[in-house]
Amino acid sequence: MYEFNYRKAASLDEAKDLFSKGEDAKYMSGGMTLLPTLKQRLARPSDVIDLAAVPDMSGIAVTGDTVSIKARTPHAVVAANAEVKKAIPALAKLAGGIGDPMVRNRGTIGGSLANNDPAADYPAAIVGLGATIHTDRRTIAGDDFFQGLFETALEEDELIIQVDFPIPDKAGYMKFPNPASRYCIVGVMVSSKGGNVRVGVTGAGACAFRVKEMEDALKANFAAEAVEKISIPDGDLNSDIHASAEYRAHLVTVMAKRAVAEANG
Amino acid sequence: MTVSFSMTVNGKPVKGECEDRTLLVQYLREHMGLTGTHVGCDTTQCGCCTVHIDGIPMKSCTMLAVSADGCEVTTIEGLAKDGQLHPMQDAFRENHGLQCGFCTPGMVMSAIGIVDRHRGEKLDEKTVRHELEGNICRCTGYHNIVKAVLAASEVMNKA
Repeated sequence: MYEFNYRKAASLDEAKDLFSKGEDAKYMSGGMTLLPTLKQRLARPSDVIDLAAVPDMSGIAVTGDTVSIKARTPHAVVAANAEVKKAIPALAKLAGGIGDPMVRNRGTIGGSLANNDPAADYPAAIVGLGATIHTDRRTIAGDDFFQGLFETALEEDELIIQVDFPIPDKAGYMKFPNPASRYCIVGVMVSSKGGNVRVGVTGAGACAFRVKEMEDALKANFAAEAVEKISIPDGDLNSDIHASAEYRAHLVTVMAKRAVAEANG
Repeated sequence: MTVSFSMTVNGKPVKGECEDRTLLVQYLREHMGLTGTHVGCDTTQCGCCTVHIDGIPMKSCTMLAVSADGCEVTTIEGLAKDGQLHPMQDAFRENHGLQCGFCTPGMVMSAIGIVDRHRGEKLDEKTVRHELEGNICRCTGYHNIVKAVLAASEVMNKA
């Protein structure tokens, strides 16, 4: 790991102030991606600004038709929360399948989203459930948040505060994990709410995306058979040692089918 | 730069100083001589370095030492009390839940986490295997490890 200056922020304002003073500062939430990246010398920030001591950044509230999760809430807390399990079981399941228990104990939703790893789980929930992301300065629609490989709509020093998930009528999440890292080779979140259907895919492309053709088919018939003949083009999909683009395209259909079956219980 | 912090390690207060970038596992092993916590992969995948931070299993190779400021850290060395092995350690011995032993400290620390998460429930093999996902063993094939965790959960749930 290269040298850096560790800074512990006691408030959001202090975090932003420290960020602006650093030559090339990085925020750290749980550090489950940042620290492995630093250990491999893939990044060289001047300052690491730890958000752990900023108050009021963790917690879950379920009100009416929304599940609100604060940015520093660890995955394990989301997975075990009785209200989340009841309101959006697919979201609790998704959180409970990230990495492994120790990663879930420390990794946070805000950190995962701000990092926007193409194989992360949460992005599928953001686009597949139509979430809204609240930052320290504005509100960003989930559909506009992910902009490319590790690229989001966030400005340099912008901080995620909370994520709001509308509670769907039904939803299902299925992923095909990499057996070593448990990251998604492909993950699909399918949801239906008041006649609107969303199909959110992670792992397959540069960042999470929706599959309109599947959404239209599911609007007409919310059943696994409705998507089984729909395949997405593999041209822009990720291709690596773990899975070719063609295989990923195939998995999108399979995972979508299983996610719909799960949503239908 | 040097950072200073204070934490509790295995019940004893520690005032520490190290580089900003020092990982908790390095601090425990190299500064404190607590070499029971192992580094297996250094890429956050093998779980050998698992310790408890405020009672919750975390990977000490993926946490800065300074981030443990104000926390209670428990390592494998802190489990036995008054010369008595922790029930999980005892169960690993009784069931021969190890061969080379390299992964064992991390296995034991995360296995205690499994029992803690399912307090009062009867653990089954499937749950144990699923929740040991973050700990890699290259010798045993996991069979006796799973047996040990199930046996320890019976003892721990009675306590």
